[in-house]
Amino acid sequence: MSEADKDRFPNGVPYRQVVDQLVSYAGETDVDSKVGQSGYMGITATGGFAPNTNITHARQRWLFRMVHSPSPLQERMALLWHHHFATGYNKIAGIYGASDAARMMDAKPGDDPARQMGQIELLRRNAFGSFAGMLLSIAQDPAMLVWLDGISNFKAKPQENFGRELMELFTIGVGEFAETDVYAAARVFTGWNLVRTGSGAATSYRFSFNPNQHDTDAKEFTFDVYGGAGSGRRPRASNVIPARDANSGLQDGLDLILALAYHPLTARRLARKFWTWFVSETEPATESFVNEVAGVYLSNRTSIRATLRAVLASSEFNDENRAFQRYAWPVEFVVRSLREIGYAGFSANDALTPLLNMGQVLYEPPDVAGWDLGLSWFTTGGMLARLNFASQLATNQRVVIRDASRAWSGSANSLVDFCYDRLSLPPATLDNQIALVDYALAGGAWTGSDAQLLIKAPGMIHILAGSSEYQLL
Amino acid sequence: MKFTRREFVAGGVKAFTVGFAAPAFLSDLALATGATSRSLVVLYLSGGNDALSTTIPYTDPFYYSRRPTIAIPAGNVLQIGTDSSGKPIGLHPRLIGLRSIFDDGRLAIIQRTGYQNSSRSHFQGTDIWSTANPQNTIGAGWLGRYLDALPPPVDPLAGWSTLRDLPHALLADHTSVDAIPNPTGYTISSPNSGAEITRSRNGVAAIASHVPSERPHVAYVNGSVQSVLATFERVATVGTYVPTVGYAADGLSQGLRAVAGAIVRGVGTKVFWVQIGGFDTHASQGTNPNNGAYSTLMNTLNSAVTAFYNDLRNQGLLDSTMILQFSEFGRRISENGSAGTDHGAAAIMMAIGGSVRGGLYGTAANLNPGGNGGGTLENNGNDVTFETDFRSVYAQVIDNWLGANSASILGGNFRSPLVNFI
Repeated sequence: MSEADKDRFPNGVPYRQVVDQLVSYAGETDVDSKVGQSGYMGITATGGFAPNTNITHARQRWLFRMVHSPSPLQERMALLWHHHFATGYNKIAGIYGASDAARMMDAKPGDDPARQMGQIELLRRNAFGSFAGMLLSIAQDPAMLVWLDGISNFKAKPQENFGRELMELFTIGVGEFAETDVYAAARVFTGWNLVRTGSGAATSYRFSFNPNQHDTDAKEFTFDVYGGAGSGRRPRASNVIPARDANSGLQDGLDLILALAYHPLTARRLARKFWTWFVSETEPATESFVNEVAGVYLSNRTSIRATLRAVLASSEFNDENRAFQRYAWPVEFVVRSLREIGYAGFSANDALTPLLNMGQVLYEPPDVAGWDLGLSWFTTGGMLARLNFASQLATNQRVVIRDASRAWSGSANSLVDFCYDRLSLPPATLDNQIALVDYALAGGAWTGSDAQLLIKAPGMIHILAGSSEYQLL
Repeated sequence: MKFTRREFVAGGVKAFTVGFAAPAFLSDLALATGATSRSLVVLYLSGGNDALSTTIPYTDPFYYSRRPTIAIPAGNVLQIGTDSSGKPIGLHPRLIGLRSIFDDGRLAIIQRTGYQNSSRSHFQGTDIWSTANPQNTIGAGWLGRYLDALPPPVDPLAGWSTLRDLPHALLADHTSVDAIPNPTGYTISSPNSGAEITRSRNGVAAIASHVPSERPHVAYVNGSVQSVLATFERVATVGTYVPTVGYAADGLSQGLRAVAGAIVRGVGTKVFWVQIGGFDTHASQGTNPNNGAYSTLMNTLNSAVTAFYNDLRNQGLLDSTMILQFSEFGRRISENGSAGTDHGAAAIMMAIGGSVRGGLYGTAANLNPGGNGGGTLENNGNDVTFETDFRSVYAQVIDNWLGANSASILGGNFRSPLVNFI
């Protein structure tokens, strides 16, 4: 736990209260106003900080928020949903240009001349809302409409890209639908498009339904669209979206999205994702966990807050034997390192190339399936990038680390204790303790002098933050 | 591509608890075999290549009737002759260098490769091509299984991914494979200088050498650190390679430049992986304009492969190098409403190298919408039906190029007398 967290959650606060606070906070914070202030991580922006229109600045702003936000779980959820609804900036920039693409990715409405809301801001605001609502917002999100080619989904020849991934990646999962469902879903979303509004700086792209491009015929699926938990108005089970006049055609998509959000397979798939994101990557989700979490999801009208509460309250999440069984994503590793090692005088910009080398660029997932998680991060190149970021940060923070280590300067062993405490690690194994003491003593006997601490404390932080132990959460 | 190795861990990691041999020993071993050994360079076109725009049946009237806006005019294709069914084939107009490689007799194009009930999912499709198993795509990839079958100890540089991640095809049960996107800068830095650099590395090595058998998920990460320690000095020699030709700045070209350096330096790599994305051309495919999306992809592919081919030819290493190209699926025969093409089935594979018997293998697709029956995915008239099992091509490469036993690596005999390009 970082120093900031210790203030936020002092000892003695019940766990339930901590969870409540974590999942309850959602909304705009004033964290952005801290950019540029002393005592916070720096940013680098020649020509002025423009995080709404410059993607490199947006990356820095997001890292800044992750390090300093009073609502860290909200930022974490935004990141998880970014992975789930993986949308890449480059494709959009290739069509609409860098500035509009950056706006579509993460513009903050309050700072945007047309009050445009970027996709990640949408996910951030919906972080604890309903999944069904988020799915609908995503289906109408400008970045998504470009990314999965909704903008070219016309009545004469429906475009399958969004319809397929909506089922395969966002909801029920591969193998749970037929090719005919893909074609039907493509027709459902015909006419969902973007329209350009406003003029000058206040130009923006917004969702618009074009009835003239909507396929009005009935659409048949292999699963029930009506009759499930999400379709109260039409209690009779049916797998056919009825033929509708063009002007009512938007309803097709709403019906399908609700059906998919409330589909039991979606509930179970999301439960397994939450397991991976919060509990463990070293064993599959237990059946009882999936049943419990999927049940809470469905009985709370797809509420993410209720689902997350169930995850965090589950016996599996709180099982000590399941601690440190998740592999930190590069962004998680970098943010954790900054919070625990230090950020004074460090620019978020200097973390961007290391993140690229670790395999995770914000706003640029490798493809629509998001990042390849788990052990896949730990290629030789990816692991080397983590080791070298630990070195870079330890070098940057060497005086901070030296100063903090003075109280632990009594022996090589106590310096090891300092590093484990600073990095919030479980107690050292004997092997690691010996290896680190050997390092501390390599080159000369222990004196605990400032000169020795200035070398050995950052040196040891580098070794430990770059070790396998620190890659697990 | 989207395979998380969680399954490995869940099942108990078999690998990586085996200790690594001393780096110096591996280095000697690699240098002893490196300069004379053969290299396989896998070139993966990610996203589903529209093979009908790569190798074009430019006299087929259905090609034009079904692709009214994206068909490439017959007058623009680079003609490479007729296939065994007598159908004239032309390359995409930007593939000028590939045409001359074809004319040299060093480019084999195997038409209509795929498998029954081709998956339309990028991720499932990639996993199937990676594991060479349409029924079960969990576990090691086909190239990973090849590396696992090499006599131990296997050098972590035996496989080299030029991506930041490790493709599923190279995922092995018992072999660590290096992912090195850029050999320059592939070294362990330290917060301190002088003798402390070595002390830091010793500390890193000491912690990575502890392999807690009850925590295989930690052991795997330690294995990656050990691989870095065992190879970074050799990789540094690749970073200083000066090519004999110019390579473009794009990722594929730079990846192939690193591969050429590794081959010339003889670091001992047997299988390389290079990749180019952007082939998921659902909309505005741009096959014809010079700055169109697909046209640009072809140009990048052409310049990267041609530079690599010429570089290795100049180095006298062409005969011991082979490129094998594929993609996770082809695309639909008819264009869609967005001047693009949706996910389809069979496509082409290519093999390039000094020891390749060039030419057109297999036969071109029947593009008649009513001409190939109905029923299955492949026969509904929308798709290019597969003719050659992609595993027959893998088998040819494993048996005749890598010198291993394809039947054991692929889990069956997929050898085909018609697939004989080596």
